[in-house]
Amino acid sequence: MSGYHRPFRLQGLRSDVDTGTAIFLFLAGAAALAYSAFHIGRRWAVGVQGQGVVTHSRPHQYGWYLVAWVLLPAGAVGFVGALLRITAWIRFTELAIVGSALAAAGAGFWLGHRLLKPELRARRTLEAIMRRLLLAAALVSILTTSGIVLSILFESIRFFQLVSFLEFITGTDWAPDTAFTGASGGAEPHFGSVPLFAGTFMITLIAMLVALPVGLLSAIYMAEYASRRVREVAKPVLEVLAGIPTVVYGFFAALTVAPLVVDIAGALGLDASYNSALAAGLVMGIMIIPFISSLSDDVINSVPDALREGSYALGTTRSETIRQIVLPAALPGIISAFLLAVSRALGETMIVVMAAGLRPNLTWNPLEDMTTVTVRIVAALTGDQAFDSAATLSAFALGLILFIVTLTLNLVSVILVRRFRQKYA
Amino acid sequence: MAEDPTENKHRGNFAANARLRRRYRAERRFRLYCMSALILAVSFLVVFFADMISTGYSAFTQAEIRVEVTYNEDTVAVPQRAVADDVQPFVSRGVLRGLPREVEDHPDWMGTTRTQWVLATAAVDQYLSGNTSALTGERAQRVHELEESGRVRAVFNHWLFTQGDSKLPEMSGLKSALVGSLYVLTITLAFAFPVGVLTAIYLEEFAPDNRFTQTIEININNLAAVPSILFGLLGLAIFINFFGVPRSSALAGGLTLGLMTLPVIIITTRTALRAVPDAIREGALAVGATRWQTVRDHVLPVSLPGILTGTIIGLAQAMGETAPLLLIGMIAYIPDAPASFTDAATVLPAQIFTWAGMPEHAYVERTAGAILVLLSVLILLNAAAVYLRRRFERRW
Repeated sequence: MSGYHRPFRLQGLRSDVDTGTAIFLFLAGAAALAYSAFHIGRRWAVGVQGQGVVTHSRPHQYGWYLVAWVLLPAGAVGFVGALLRITAWIRFTELAIVGSALAAAGAGFWLGHRLLKPELRARRTLEAIMRRLLLAAALVSILTTSGIVLSILFESIRFFQLVSFLEFITGTDWAPDTAFTGASGGAEPHFGSVPLFAGTFMITLIAMLVALPVGLLSAIYMAEYASRRVREVAKPVLEVLAGIPTVVYGFFAALTVAPLVVDIAGALGLDASYNSALAAGLVMGIMIIPFISSLSDDVINSVPDALREGSYALGTTRSETIRQIVLPAALPGIISAFLLAVSRALGETMIVVMAAGLRPNLTWNPLEDMTTVTVRIVAALTGDQAFDSAATLSAFALGLILFIVTLTLNLVSVILVRRFRQKYA
Repeated sequence: MAEDPTENKHRGNFAANARLRRRYRAERRFRLYCMSALILAVSFLVVFFADMISTGYSAFTQAEIRVEVTYNEDTVAVPQRAVADDVQPFVSRGVLRGLPREVEDHPDWMGTTRTQWVLATAAVDQYLSGNTSALTGERAQRVHELEESGRVRAVFNHWLFTQGDSKLPEMSGLKSALVGSLYVLTITLAFAFPVGVLTAIYLEEFAPDNRFTQTIEININNLAAVPSILFGLLGLAIFINFFGVPRSSALAGGLTLGLMTLPVIIITTRTALRAVPDAIREGALAVGATRWQTVRDHVLPVSLPGILTGTIIGLAQAMGETAPLLLIGMIAYIPDAPASFTDAATVLPAQIFTWAGMPEHAYVERTAGAILVLLSVLILLNAAAVYLRRRFERRW
């Protein structure tokens, strides 16, 4: 929170420690208190047992019981204090938060120690606390999803207060930047997202034209023809393609593939841009291959052998069995792999940022430069526009559409795979 | 499948034989298509690596030039005069700029002339590497002569690892990016590992099978497929704008990547926990252990290799991720390594992105060199994961 100075801060309340030190003080204090609480609790139980009294739980469990009494109040007070400070409802200093949290820890210890008696079911309490803690961790994933949804949704609503939804969906002119035209007062920014979605669609289409045949045929070869040894080598090698960072693919696309596309197009008498959709799409297709091949391979493998053998028994060749029996049976799974791959391609950012253009361009020619939704999200948020401007907020509106589309694709894909598994599992 | 049917001559049905031949040709063709698809996919990988290595290997050498450096008041004031005019264009400006500081560190050098190997400009380095160089005509000839006379040499480019980013190609290194990546991954691990493992334990060992649990599960699977750039929007809106975490800081980056890594860790941990046979749980419960004691003392220890493998794979993914970090400002020009989690920082992939956008040609090999460094780190991480799995995973 350094570098986060509010203008109306009271001079007298300014703390002289920074956030890092405050967190360190809090952790160190809490750890010391917890350590002593554990030993005091354990020693108490050992002492009681020494007098021949039977305790309900083991001595160390009474120790942990006291630790919980120390840490839970400290954590709660620290968390609430930090939250109040961040949202600036009450201007606590950081030292005050740490102090009150540690005081709460001390009070908790005192209370917990008073509660110690031999028949106390410390183990049960600990079990309940652990269960709550685990549940709280599981809720973080829900919070993340709702965080994504809410943050994108709220900023999108602010955007649509400035720009009409209809223009956003149907407009063909994307010109958010008014820096050059603003002074004359004539030109207004335009937020017609059609060219962005057209560019995204075109690049995704090119990527799938590469990835689907290569990925699917590779999967068929690995599942139906290859020997075990070839399979054991080929599968991880293909997975490497998925592990290469996308920024590296972007560099590869811009440095090697794009000039190659320009040269080949030139040799054919065509004019290609150095930021052509084709170069970005080709490289994205290479990246997507393992998403298709890996899932298709799994699905083809789980088609029962009885289907194949029945087909062979009728005298078909292998390829006839594959094309007429195995692939139709595996189709839901293959479609599901395809949808996942499309969702991956739609959301892919670095390759298009580095190899596709910035210029919104509504065209069918893949040799021209085009821009995509993700490129414009990055462009909107890495510029130096004010955060409240429509140009910046447009990133969230684009993100919202991207989220809805990819979520739908993923859900359909999951449902298809589940159907497939139910049929053959 | 079977022996060639065209051998089957004792039946005189030519039409049927011709059809069979066609079908077998189709079979061979199909098999060939499948095989070439696989070969094509693998050759993409080979071409890619060959391209990166051939572009990037020369980034690991750097040209040095032997010059006589004069240290006196005059040259401290105007460092360009410290070296002879005929070699001055080949000496990196960074060396000359650092001259006053050098004199401060070594006051006894004042008034002396020392013969030293110093960093040459990127143009000289490019010329020595055989790449396109800004050196032409006379100057290229001059460098050639200097090389012949042993006054120019190529050494291992330790600057790549000991220098931060710089506007001079020959002075720019990966130190700040490497330290930044380390900071970011520390935060990612500190957040995603405990939360992920605890979530997986809850779902696998404690949660009742009801709608609420199913909601969490669907949620996690969806999170794993959300495009990474949306996590950047989340980080920007929640961590930076709402909680006031400093922009460009390792803290903001680490938390954002942590949320992204969370589903990976949860899913792999659940798989690892599911692989533990119930007999182990029942044995512990039978001697009076509570559920949590069973998990802590019996289930977790045997599933730890699987959990760690998943964590390493998740971290490797986070390490190569760039898109969400662009949105939270981690592409700033960072010449010095960050000193704390709240300092402005950059990471290795973001540094690659920045260098890839530099106009100077000398940055091309540096970018590819940085890519080779990044890929080596990722390969090491994945090899560690594979080793852990092979070495420690138990099968029941």
